[in-house]
Amino acid sequence: MAFAAFGSAPANANTGQNLRSGKIVLALLLPGLLYLAIFFMTPLVSLVITSLESPDPSGMIGSYQYGFEIQNYIGVLTDYMPQILRSFLYAIVATLLALLISYPLAYFIGVKIRRYPMIQRLAVTLVIAPFFISFLLRTIAWKQLLADGTPLMQWLHDIGLLAPSQYFIGTPAAVIFGLTYNFIPFMTLPLYTTLERFDVRLLEAGSDLYASPSKVFRKITLPISMPGIISGTLLTFIPIAGDYVNASRDFLGSSKTSMIGNMVEADFLQNLRYPAASALSVLLMAVILVLVTFYVKKSGTEDLL
Amino acid sequence: MAEQQASAGADLELRGIRKEFPGFTAIEELDLTIPAGQFFALLGPSGCGKTTTLRIIAGLDQPTTGKIFLSGKDITDTKPHERKVNTVFQSYALFPHMTVLDNVAFGLKQRKIDEPMKKAQDALNLVELGHLGNRRPQQLSGGQQQRVALARALVNRPSLLLLDEPLGALDLKLRRQMQIELKAIQMEVGLTFLHVTHDQEEAMDMADTVAVMNKGRIEQMGAPEKLYDRPKTVFVSKFLGQSNLFVGDVVEENANSVSIDCKGHKLTVPKARAEKHSGKIAIGVRPEKATFHEDGAPAQSSDLNVVGPGEIIDIRFTGVSNQYLIEIPNLGEVTVFAQNVGKSPVTELGAKVWVSWKVEHAFGLADLPVTEDK
Repeated sequence: MAFAAFGSAPANANTGQNLRSGKIVLALLLPGLLYLAIFFMTPLVSLVITSLESPDPSGMIGSYQYGFEIQNYIGVLTDYMPQILRSFLYAIVATLLALLISYPLAYFIGVKIRRYPMIQRLAVTLVIAPFFISFLLRTIAWKQLLADGTPLMQWLHDIGLLAPSQYFIGTPAAVIFGLTYNFIPFMTLPLYTTLERFDVRLLEAGSDLYASPSKVFRKITLPISMPGIISGTLLTFIPIAGDYVNASRDFLGSSKTSMIGNMVEADFLQNLRYPAASALSVLLMAVILVLVTFYVKKSGTEDLL
Repeated sequence: MAEQQASAGADLELRGIRKEFPGFTAIEELDLTIPAGQFFALLGPSGCGKTTTLRIIAGLDQPTTGKIFLSGKDITDTKPHERKVNTVFQSYALFPHMTVLDNVAFGLKQRKIDEPMKKAQDALNLVELGHLGNRRPQQLSGGQQQRVALARALVNRPSLLLLDEPLGALDLKLRRQMQIELKAIQMEVGLTFLHVTHDQEEAMDMADTVAVMNKGRIEQMGAPEKLYDRPKTVFVSKFLGQSNLFVGDVVEENANSVSIDCKGHKLTVPKARAEKHSGKIAIGVRPEKATFHEDGAPAQSSDLNVVGPGEIIDIRFTGVSNQYLIEIPNLGEVTVFAQNVGKSPVTELGAKVWVSWKVEHAFGLADLPVTEDK
């Protein structure tokens, strides 16, 4: 398959060379392994330890001691169930929206304008262009545009899309809009890289073999672009589920739209409930891991992991 | 295989097909009828419009003007997936995300034919790849992929099978082998085959009828032997094998023959083998029909054309024959093939020779070479 090409280098070097190149590979891997150990494994372990801590006997707020408080997990699970469910609901909706918008866009850039490489490159640059500005600024800009009383909102009221008493900022729709907008490039780019290599002659072969255009899309284009769809949805779903900017009341959300990220932020920075915040983080990570594994297994592209 | 869908091939008719692309015309004007059950070859150099013709028949391109009839039915506006035509693509275009067997079964499944897997397996067996059904196309060699592409098209029992230079990517030995197999399969299934190729040997070897295409037109059409024996245009005489051509004004014409004067040599062609009988015409002969004489000019005779004397300027050994290039003053270069049958007539460069051929082997062309020999 297409993605088998990524990993399968010819493995026919003789053993002497293998030993030598093995050492070189190890040497080249070392900085990366060290980096992972220091900046990924250590915080992760620390996070898990914190998540199990119990309150300090002195009763001082923000002080905790080593423990094995599984209760922390049950606590956040019951306290934050609405936010947890909301996070995954928003993440699923925003990911689907991003996919629906990105697929035609990526197909257009990767396949339709393939004959004009200059325009193609320009289009890819335009997809990445929003990254040139901090996403906090862009989200604030949207808040300005969508705030109550702006011409845009006035117009939406005028044409009757919004009731006179209705506003956009602070609603789930606004948060999902922000999430979709901010993560669309992460969906478009992997889709584009897959579709860019798509052999359009297969479409002709499909129609030659009695498949209607919609059948050709479902039986040929879609399965062949599956690796792009999988990596695109993972690259959007995972960060969206943990996002705390869009849903925050400082940006596009309100107290009614808070997601897991907002709860972690509040517990860590305001309530100083470090074990609860850590437990929530570990929980989020675990749920995402389970969901992703299930998803990748289900779509038959284990080669990606 | 698949008796219930077995259908004899259908005849194809193209009427006044013209295809323009922005900036150029791929097909000028094309009228063509292919009788059912024939192995028909469309032969021409790259860019002559033969692949465009094939794509128009498959429905992948629309003709600018003209009509296509399959078994008498107008299919000009029919979508590709609704035409009972299948193609073996030059690139094979096998689906990389499916197994070989699924590739072959694809067309059957789309049409909801019963037992697609069994029929696909039968088709794979026919091309002797029955044991590789579970592989992915990219795990097969070029020749195997070509056969999968063939099985994938054949299994549908199309009225017409289009082959777009399917052997182009194969090495010579495999190509010869596939040519024989393809021809055998065509005889066995009795479908109409339209084979597009630029390989004149392949076209002559396999096809019942060959149409030579040049610059968007069919220059000449007929059985391979006929085309080779009696080309009608300069292009056909040069593209299908080699030819020695001589240009001159007609100086004599009688009931049976036409003679020209080519720089002092009188060359004759049977009237029945000449396209034009007056004015300036080109007369040709195949190199293997010409012989040379090193011991003086052969006796003048009404059924022999003689040119010379000239000098052998190049000898090329090609195995079964020697190719001699003879420079004749005023006349230009003449090529002669001589079989290697133990003693070659002359083996030395610089020998002084005369070249002769029988009048009955000469042919007269309808047009003149663009650049005349020096």
